Amino acid sequence: MSLDKEKIKHVAKLARISVDEAKVDSLTKDLNSIFKFIEQLNELNTEKVEPLTSILNQSLRSRKDEISDGKIREKILKNSPKENEEFFVVPKVVE
Amino acid sequence: MADITNQSLNEIIEKVKTKKISSTDLTKAYIKNIESAKKLNAFITTTFDQALEKAKQFDNKPNFNQLLPGIPLAVKDLFCTENIKTTAGSNILNNFIPSYESTVTKNLWSNGSFLLGKLNCDEFAMGSSNETSHYGNVINPVGDQLVPGGSSGGSSSALAADLTPATIGTDTGGSIRQPASFTGTVGLKPTYGLCSRWGIVAFASSLDQAGPMTKTIKDCAIMLESMSGFDEKDSTSINKKKEQYSKNLKDNIKGLKIGIPKEYRVDNMPKEIDELWEKGKKILKDLGAQLIDISLPHTKYALPTYYIVAPAEASSNLARYDGVRYGYRSKQGKDLIEMYEKTRSEGFGDEVKRRILIGTYVLSSGYYDAYYLKAQKVRQLIKKDFDDSFTKIDAILTPSTPSSAFKIGEKTSDPVSMYLNDIFTVPVNLAGIPALSLPAGVDEQGYPLGLQLIGKALDEQKILNIGYAIEKNCGFKNEIKKWWS
Repeated sequence: MSLDKEKIKHVAKLARISVDEAKVDSLTKDLNSIFKFIEQLNELNTEKVEPLTSILNQSLRSRKDEISDGKIREKILKNSPKENEEFFVVPKVVE
Repeated sequence: MADITNQSLNEIIEKVKTKKISSTDLTKAYIKNIESAKKLNAFITTTFDQALEKAKQFDNKPNFNQLLPGIPLAVKDLFCTENIKTTAGSNILNNFIPSYESTVTKNLWSNGSFLLGKLNCDEFAMGSSNETSHYGNVINPVGDQLVPGGSSGGSSSALAADLTPATIGTDTGGSIRQPASFTGTVGLKPTYGLCSRWGIVAFASSLDQAGPMTKTIKDCAIMLESMSGFDEKDSTSINKKKEQYSKNLKDNIKGLKIGIPKEYRVDNMPKEIDELWEKGKKILKDLGAQLIDISLPHTKYALPTYYIVAPAEASSNLARYDGVRYGYRSKQGKDLIEMYEKTRSEGFGDEVKRRILIGTYVLSSGYYDAYYLKAQKVRQLIKKDFDDSFTKIDAILTPSTPSSAFKIGEKTSDPVSMYLNDIFTVPVNLAGIPALSLPAGVDEQGYPLGLQLIGKALDEQKILNIGYAIEKNCGFKNEIKKWWS
């Protein structure tokens, strides 16, 4: 299958990336050549194959449901691009 | 005094231990080299003052019973370092200062070493030539205008140019082994789960592994021993006894069975790569190993599988960069959604955006089965190829890359031709098994070429031993002229 410009704009919307209109053509070309390459997989019959879900022959450990750290609000907020003492700040979302 | 910085890590450690050089003088020697190598653009951040302070502390109160006593080390800028800017080669993290240290670097420091600086890399480790970094191309010391490989290109360049005695990188599809091959150095991707992923900027979580990049196999064993180990904080970390790779290193490989996979002889492979492979086979045979022809029939599907699995995981991992909690935030955008879109558009480079879009698409409703599920099934077949082979053999020998280092700009216009560079390295990541690349020869232009040794899960010692034997017998010497200083 091939990806058209509209589809790519839709996927970009899903990924929350604004795409420059001027770049849509070259992006469409690149993505189509990548998908053509990827679609070699269709040569293989995988009907009876179980998908790989883990490469480790062990199941994931569980840990005790306990707080192992905390009281580090300042550290967490330190890298925030815009802060207001105790919170992360985003553009207004409620009118 | 002879230049200490062109010696191996092991030799340097011996000199520190026997007090032939102090940690301070050693650190000063590297700082001098780094300052005269700005042309290579290997560093994003340097931490000289802090390094000199640590060196002084070591000299005042030395502990020579550590694996890395008083050794300054530069690391890839994908490892979070406490209170030191960590960018992952991206504009979106241009102001990110972690308040924590990655487990792997913490392990290195607790073995006596300290940070010299943070090394350039492809943005979020996505690239094979270090041309996607927001902080500019890195130059391969082997030749002006040559790429150092990627994504750990700053690491390979700095190591080959004597700007650090050893280093670490990360390998998702070849990002340690391919740059090692391009610069005439040794690089090892450990078994998935051997080194903790905690505190490493995530790219594709089921493939990412940190590993050492060094001048010699012995150095590689020392570094692997220093950085690996179980970590509670990584849910996929393997809980096992620590190995003494350097102490157990031996070059007797008599009787080992080495698999030679026919699928690694690809069309249009340069003659020199084939000759290098033959040379490797001959060395092993002469040392008493047994060569066995094997087949890994799904090899050609590894790259297409990788370009579904890796972008899918990346699109999910990179969703966290939203301009809210850390990192870059666009000044544009009227509402929340627009702020996200502008932040991510301005913060990410083209290759990263491309992969996020591929990943978002293959995971999107209606396409998941056709792409992602299909890829996970083929991944199972690729893993099975290796599992079946390892019932008959001890290790596999292949070339590391289909070519030597190429020129900057040579492959940037066609993403697929760039991806093909990882054709020999990617299958190993999909199967979660260890592999190392070691330099074993040069091509017509004198550029280094690497051989790859693949082992079964947790068999690092064996591939290190085989690598040690090849290293001693292949007559490779990295003769880099310091044209940049």
